[in-house]
Amino acid sequence: MNAAGQLTDVSGWVVRARASRALALRELVHVGDERLIGEVIALDHDLATVQVYEETEGLAPGDPLFSTGEPLTIELGPGLLGTIYDGVQRPLAALARDGGDFIGRGAHAFALDRERIWSFEPKAREGEEVLGGITLGFVQETPALRHPTLVPPDVRGIVTFLSPAGPLRVDDPVATIERDGMVKTITMVQRWRARVPRPIRARLPIAQPLVTGQRVLDTFFPLLRGSAAAMPGGFGTGKTVTQQQLCRWADADVIVFVGCGERGNEMTQLVRELPELIDPRTQRLLAERTVLIANTSNMPVSAREASIFTGVTIGEYYRDLGFHVLLLADSISRWAEALREISGRLEEMPAEEGYPPYLSSALAAFYERAGCVTTLGGAEGSLTLISAISPPAGDLTEPVTRHAQRFVRTFWTLDRQLAQARVFPAVSMSASYSELPTANPARDDALAFVEEANRIEETARLVGVESLPDRERFLLRLSEVFREGFLQQSAYDEIDAFCAPERQAALLALFLYVRRRGLELLEHQKPLAKILALPLMTNLQRSKSARELPTIAALEEELGSC
Amino acid sequence: MLKSAAGVERSGLANIRGALAFVEIEGAYAPAFHEEVEVVGSDGTLRRGRVLSASARGVVVEIFAATEGLQLDASRVRFRGHPIRFGVGPELLGRVFDGTGAPRDDLPPPPAVEMRSIGGSPINPVRRAYPRDFLETGVSSIDALNSIVLGQKIPIFTESGLPHDELAMQIVRQAHAPGVEKFAIVFCALGLPRQTAQRYLDDFVATGARSRLVAFLNLADDPTAERLIAPRCALTAAEYLAFDCGYHVLVVLHDITNYGEALREISAARGEIPSRKGYPGYLYSDLASIFERAGRIEGRPGSLTQIPIVTLPSGDMSHPIPDLTGYVTEGQIVLDRTLWRRGVKPPVAVLSSLSRLMSDGIGAGRTREDHADVARQLYASVAHVERARSLAAIIGSDELTEIERTYLAFGERFERELVSQRSDESRSIDETLTIAWNLLSTLPRGELTRIRDEFVTKYLPS
Repeated sequence: MNAAGQLTDVSGWVVRARASRALALRELVHVGDERLIGEVIALDHDLATVQVYEETEGLAPGDPLFSTGEPLTIELGPGLLGTIYDGVQRPLAALARDGGDFIGRGAHAFALDRERIWSFEPKAREGEEVLGGITLGFVQETPALRHPTLVPPDVRGIVTFLSPAGPLRVDDPVATIERDGMVKTITMVQRWRARVPRPIRARLPIAQPLVTGQRVLDTFFPLLRGSAAAMPGGFGTGKTVTQQQLCRWADADVIVFVGCGERGNEMTQLVRELPELIDPRTQRLLAERTVLIANTSNMPVSAREASIFTGVTIGEYYRDLGFHVLLLADSISRWAEALREISGRLEEMPAEEGYPPYLSSALAAFYERAGCVTTLGGAEGSLTLISAISPPAGDLTEPVTRHAQRFVRTFWTLDRQLAQARVFPAVSMSASYSELPTANPARDDALAFVEEANRIEETARLVGVESLPDRERFLLRLSEVFREGFLQQSAYDEIDAFCAPERQAALLALFLYVRRRGLELLEHQKPLAKILALPLMTNLQRSKSARELPTIAALEEELGSC
Repeated sequence: MLKSAAGVERSGLANIRGALAFVEIEGAYAPAFHEEVEVVGSDGTLRRGRVLSASARGVVVEIFAATEGLQLDASRVRFRGHPIRFGVGPELLGRVFDGTGAPRDDLPPPPAVEMRSIGGSPINPVRRAYPRDFLETGVSSIDALNSIVLGQKIPIFTESGLPHDELAMQIVRQAHAPGVEKFAIVFCALGLPRQTAQRYLDDFVATGARSRLVAFLNLADDPTAERLIAPRCALTAAEYLAFDCGYHVLVVLHDITNYGEALREISAARGEIPSRKGYPGYLYSDLASIFERAGRIEGRPGSLTQIPIVTLPSGDMSHPIPDLTGYVTEGQIVLDRTLWRRGVKPPVAVLSSLSRLMSDGIGAGRTREDHADVARQLYASVAHVERARSLAAIIGSDELTEIERTYLAFGERFERELVSQRSDESRSIDETLTIAWNLLSTLPRGELTRIRDEFVTKYLPS
């Protein structure tokens, strides 16, 4: 590594240096004698502007700048799962081992453990001609995931050596590939530029639902594999809890959770719980299929900006291995704010609310990395993105929410009033939408029911419940039961925390049945009081936590007694 | 860390405006970013400050003291060779400092075992311990419905004229946790009127809390720039007490709104591009660098709990300061003027208040097995009360159904018996839950849908 310049200005984590004209834009550099990590973000004659991913206190003009000749890259390979990284992919456990309880400066550690031994089983053959994306062999990364080692996207040729079955470290040679007399050694570690999307063979149409186990989401505002969703909500509306629920229960092979500028204690809760949580479908540990990226709000803002790309690149890598990946980003607003801070430090002309004019294209570049694809190797994989948005003052007309809406097709708005009444997940029925098809044919009927009940409630607020006709009073009461018994879902209840699609449909059918039959009974002049007094009106509220749902026949028996 | 020799001196300022001065640099010495400086005027007065930005041409210096009377050529600037530091040591308790960490109690500085940079370092998330130990404040509306745990950060959102000082003092007086003896308080006044700060100090003296207190006072007429470092000095002391000495430290930061205003003032003076309402774009990150210093660390006995006080500007919770505070902190205790007018003291609005770390800090072995269910039921019932009240306001309470009227009565009693509390009254969590069950017993049994039957059978008074 060579000294490539000297600092001239230090003001926060954007520094300027008089530097060699050989530096490249987006090149990874090291700053000062402590070798802090930085990235070149602008070049002007012999002046380089660098964003530093660590605290810059103590840097002074005249301090050296070192060139690495490489862009900021992400290390990809077995060992990512179950590891917790910071925004620039330093493993936090290794940093703690070397540096203690607080994150110091100038710490370096390999993203993938160089000492760990993997048991490699070859699949390709020596003498075979291979292209990028072809599987050379496998290692069992975790009990839940068999990790193929692929030929890197930019490599092709004849396999001249392939490692036999046996123990390998990640940087041991797996194969050599020869082309036109040039020999390339392939290891399990691939490096990929964080800001460049990985290549694929083709995009596939988006069609498979991604089951989250959350009734209000799956039934009313579904998400498909390979699509993108945004979840705006003011503070205290349960964004984080909802994200953590999705992290636990969503039907994906691999989960990448990016804690982007959020709370340390909550990140820790996830870190502590994850090793113990059991995947409801496979009965295996969730940690075996999860990568965590933790950039808490007090870590350097520049690393927060990078953390999203670190996460997306890891997500795309597992997609390219042929898995269905879900990436959760909490929150994309903090990332946008990091962009704003960088832009401000560069003294760029701001657009709305101080955000840079390229906010929209930056968001587009993120959301467009979602997709369902045929990989270079011919497998099918997908990357689904769910991003929390923290709109200032809960205002959905602010720039980040507004721009995000143009790129996502599923939009889950969290509502403060619901949250204050402790109705979680606090997904607003009126301000959320999904343009994607739902698997449940009863959805539209149910949505109409909720809509009508809302209208009745408005009226009731003006004239009082007593003044409403029986029909409306019945619907109003039933909608309360529905809100509590269907829309609300407890993250802490053993049975209720995850609701399979079949169960969602069955539960919804019960409510719709009671609605239809209740209205029929009223038409046949049965007394409202008697219907409302039926035990089923309270039982339906609790059925969600019961192992067995009531049958239609049992409901009919009660209703028939009126 | 700063490799320059300590105490390099330059004479002359190129310009000075408010708290910011520009010093031209010639020669070999290059001052570092955030390096501590001392500016000595022609009158011999020493003013502390730090480097805000450093370039080859010169440095911008932020001065933490009044700059009136400073001249350009006659001033001398001493670069100290290290960032702003605070000396930590075992004799901190009982002392009063100013916002820069200099003694304000006419005593010599306490002996320091270590000089620590006040900026602190982020706790590695994998080394944090997840806070789960219940902190009993003795205040029912907090303990029952917004339970706080050791290591949490939870602000009090209030308005001018509401009794947040009484509530904060009551919490400081009463707060305890089972099995915890080493308790310390760090009080940090940020732009507080002298009288208010004095009330706190007097109360600490009167209740004997003074011996386990460290106070940092930046008063309303103290320099604005000092306000930006006062909380960082306070937290450096608190971190030492918590993570080096094993104390459970309760930090009261009062008032964050003044801190935000100071940040805006300095930002504007630097000519930075503002975002919302003139506040700098980094307000969130800056607040986070304060609040995120709360927590617990795996394998270390102490904890650092923060109760910042945020006065809502014109009662507006969507103002950038409370809004961004809410995004960093783990919930909020909201004081409400309407409740206050109705005579409810402390006027804690239970529905808009929230403690995010509550669910894991309560229950069997922590508070009581029925706590979570009771809290859920109270939220639901109080939400129902609100609906009944807004209905009653439109159609009159006579027109309400019987059940709605029951809820109205429940709401009255809830505010009078559970939320209202004398400021010298400390209720144990058992007493608080007993009050809650008595209230719930006034509702029809069928309304208690959030409580498991076994608890209803066990605890509901007949």
